[in-house]
Amino acid sequence: MRTIKYILQKEFAQIRRNKTMLRMIIMLPMVQMLILVFAATYDLKNVDIYVVDQDLSDTSRGLINHFEASPFFNIHDASFDLEDGMNQLKKEESDFILVIPPDFERSLVREDEADVQLLINAIDGNKASLIYQYTRNIISGYNKQVIMHWKGLPDFNPPMRVEAHDNYWFNPELDYKWYMAPGILSILVTIIGMFLSGMNLVREKEMGTIEQLNVTPIKKWQFILGKLLPFLVIALLDLGFGLIIARVVFNLPVEGSLVLLFGFGALYLVGVLGLGLFISTVTETQQQVMFITFFFMMIFVLMGGIFTPVESMPHWAQQLDRLNPIYYFIRIMRMVCLKGSGFKDLFEEFVSLTVIGLSFLTLAIWRYRKTS
Amino acid sequence: MMKENDDKSGLQTETVTDDFSTKRIPVISVKNLVKKFGHFVANDHLTFEVYKGEIFGFLGANGAGKTTAMRILCGLSSPTSGELTVGGYDVYKQAELIKRNIGYMSQKFSLYEDMTIAENIRFYAGIYGLSRQQRKEKEDLLLKKLGLEPERDKLIASLPLGWKQKLAFSVALLHDPQIVFLDEPTGGVDPITRRQFWDFIYEAAAEGKTIFVTTHYMDEAEYCDRVSIMVDGRIAALDKPDNLKKQFNSEDMNGVFLQLARGATRTD
Repeated sequence: MRTIKYILQKEFAQIRRNKTMLRMIIMLPMVQMLILVFAATYDLKNVDIYVVDQDLSDTSRGLINHFEASPFFNIHDASFDLEDGMNQLKKEESDFILVIPPDFERSLVREDEADVQLLINAIDGNKASLIYQYTRNIISGYNKQVIMHWKGLPDFNPPMRVEAHDNYWFNPELDYKWYMAPGILSILVTIIGMFLSGMNLVREKEMGTIEQLNVTPIKKWQFILGKLLPFLVIALLDLGFGLIIARVVFNLPVEGSLVLLFGFGALYLVGVLGLGLFISTVTETQQQVMFITFFFMMIFVLMGGIFTPVESMPHWAQQLDRLNPIYYFIRIMRMVCLKGSGFKDLFEEFVSLTVIGLSFLTLAIWRYRKTS
Repeated sequence: MMKENDDKSGLQTETVTDDFSTKRIPVISVKNLVKKFGHFVANDHLTFEVYKGEIFGFLGANGAGKTTAMRILCGLSSPTSGELTVGGYDVYKQAELIKRNIGYMSQKFSLYEDMTIAENIRFYAGIYGLSRQQRKEKEDLLLKKLGLEPERDKLIASLPLGWKQKLAFSVALLHDPQIVFLDEPTGGVDPITRRQFWDFIYEAAAEGKTIFVTTHYMDEAEYCDRVSIMVDGRIAALDKPDNLKKQFNSEDMNGVFLQLARGATRTD
């Protein structure tokens, strides 16, 4: 234990003098939280519509007004020419085309039924289906209004209908920032921890100082823990720093226990730092560490469920995600922050992270060679 | 300084009458050491012993395999075959016990440049398990000897190379090892500093420590009790410098070395 204390003293003495690293430790959370959380949005805004109104009736104009009144849509352009609309769609100047056929109002009056056509640019499938849903809402809202209007208002015998009342739990205002912030923060502590620890160990190889350590009676586990703990502490500090920013800027709640959150943070970091250190035991230069660590980061992050829900991934990918520490940590962060989940709710994650953490740590200790 | 040198040579003439191989206790024993890197044979059946308290010089051209052999003895690299003991411990099975009993200073500079002198001393003393009390005593003694007391809190990076080397040597001795391995310890420093460095080496040897040193400088070879000269991974000659000079009919070690190394096929 005393040996580890001396390694920690040494590491902190070196970190304290490394101005670039210090700056990174402070700047990274600020930049990431303030830029990425705002930029990585799921919200649909400013959808550009191209309107082809071939009916030019009161009813068709009423429908268009409804779109215009919506905060999500802009009437970008309008004409009678569908071709022109298609061109705009191809050039991505408009996101979708609303075609109102010439007999729109007449059909509605005579047959109680009329069609409109929606042509949506679906390169981004997610966005297209969102546009479709928003559009349906607007049309059905307008539909109701038309029915009421024609039946004559006020009507003491309103048409019977079933209405769904929605009530969003855990994030009542559907603030995407509340959803993104815990995820971005998870990635942040991962980057800080994994890169710094891995680069630090391999730097000793580059400088040659590791030889001097390898001729001492230092134990392998002491060395690895001595290299892991300083960066675990730094990453946890950054987690706290990021949470404060999230609280102040986005008003992100932490419904659950902070102790639990940091406890899980520490457990999670043992795993990713273990992996970072393992990578540095099999590499010789900081460049190689960067390259391999980046590779793992990409996979972990993209499969971690920060941008795309894991539930919608193919089955095999979901199975693969059981090995992905970031997947668990993002879940934990969201659940503890937004839902106030307790240890019992997160027991499965706890077991998984413990297994992953111990495996990576053991791997790093096993692979570290004092004798080449 | 010259006086100390004279003392040393006096001591040497005295020991010349001793027979190293029968009277002295071997602390390093190497039999048929082979180290291969793929097809390349870096050490080809090396056999030698190093005795307690002697200064053993390990000479050879670049690429002759001296550093490889030294790294094996320190437990930094594993041998392909051969029987080896260091300080009475088996190199294969008791590497960690060996590490408690040896000091090592490599040609690649080994102190942390971004830490102060005091921090470096504290770190290595801590790693070797010295108590706080022991560390303080050693630290004071060491800084006083090197005249570095005022620089205690200066970064290693700010020191001249010669000072760094002397400091690294002293740090390698912090835990009182029986055997000290020095891998080209005086590379790149001026003659005066080299001379001072050798005074330190004599001092350590006089305390009964065994010094195993590799060097390029043939004048330094003269300071050793015995030298071995490696050519192409083999030991081409091993004896006291005086005997070698006689044997090769040369005035200095440089001549001996040139005669032996002329046949070398490997270069860097």
